[in-house]
Amino acid sequence: MSRMQLDIVTPEKIVYSKEVEMIITRAANGDIGILPQHAPLVSPLKITAVRVKKDGEEEQIAVSGGFLEVRPDKVTILAQAAELPGEIDVERAERAKARAEERLANKEGDQIRAEMALRRALNRLEVAKTLKK
Amino acid sequence: MSTMREIKRRIRSVENTKKITSAQKMVAAAKLRRAQEAAESARPYAEKMREVINSLAQGTKSNHPMLVSRPIQKTGYLIITSDRGLCGGYNANLLRMLEKVLKERHQSKDDYVLFVIGRKGLTYLSKKGYPVLSSVTGLSDSPSFGDIKEIASQAVSYFEQEKYDELYLVYNQFINPVVQRPVDKRILPLDSKELEKEKKGPSAAYEFEPSQEEVLAEILPRYAESLVYSALMDAKASEFAAKMTAMTSATDNATELIEQLTLEYNKARQAAITQEISEIVAGANALQ
Repeated sequence: MSRMQLDIVTPEKIVYSKEVEMIITRAANGDIGILPQHAPLVSPLKITAVRVKKDGEEEQIAVSGGFLEVRPDKVTILAQAAELPGEIDVERAERAKARAEERLANKEGDQIRAEMALRRALNRLEVAKTLKK
Repeated sequence: MSTMREIKRRIRSVENTKKITSAQKMVAAAKLRRAQEAAESARPYAEKMREVINSLAQGTKSNHPMLVSRPIQKTGYLIITSDRGLCGGYNANLLRMLEKVLKERHQSKDDYVLFVIGRKGLTYLSKKGYPVLSSVTGLSDSPSFGDIKEIASQAVSYFEQEKYDELYLVYNQFINPVVQRPVDKRILPLDSKELEKEKKGPSAAYEFEPSQEEVLAEILPRYAESLVYSALMDAKASEFAAKMTAMTSATDNATELIEQLTLEYNKARQAAITQEISEIVAGANALQ
């Protein structure tokens, strides 16, 4: 099966750089699946998991907002933060989730920010789960 | 005799200081290496982003506010200083340059606002009554993007909201481990010529989702934030380099001082012995 290069880059480092067969993620207009030889595309990403298929296995990477740049042989994801399942601090994500939920419940502070924080935490927890399986 | 004891005490105290400075020096050297590595690994992100923006900006005659220069009524400055001292003229040089620039460019304090990173800059500037809008202190030595994201996006969004018409970064640029230069660099509005200069190879004709303008509106603020982050990495590297230089010369000075004091101590000791002998001899002579 043909492959393409996937790079996931954050301001701090290159999180992921491998040849993959398929990428599934959520772009601005909804879910998107990318196979090699996809038309060039640029789109913002939601706070979401990036699912990567390779050799019949699937990996997930938590991405907290950013961009997707697609070229026929190369996909680059520019994210503000991105973590592999093993890198996620589950306790911290749990705490962030609890804090955000409390804020939303009490309607205190910046509601939009709390909402975003909650989404990021849920996304991380979701991706972290894939590690244990 | 008391002078001898005093000199001895001073020697001991200088020795202790020397221990501290030489430890600081080694710590700074290690941190400098780490800061340089971090600055290195921050590069791909900014480069990639520039590449995408390039191909974006080429396609359209974009009028995105971040690319257009407006008449300047108010200016924003983001100043990066350190939290701790013991790094030579690192903060002093930067703040001196900043004050000079502010005096030259602006007539009154209403014409600009400051964002400050680092405790040293914050205490100084707020004591002097400069309009500090927002600040971050207590950053770690290898700061993550998350640590400064808030102040960076605030600085960028104020520009978007036209609270000021240009944004400068003021920080110590890392040239090499012995040279750091305070610079003030304009980051907003983004210079489209600067972007194009970096262009390599033909860019692909992208499709944009949802639309080119929207993608541009999303990506430009992120790019500006990444510029702030890479300046911070640069400033951190400079801080440790400056600290290393300062601590090296402090250690050298301490060594020199110890040598001098030891010489003085020996002289005093010798004088005391000579005096004792002449007293004994005088006493023996008196008995004869």
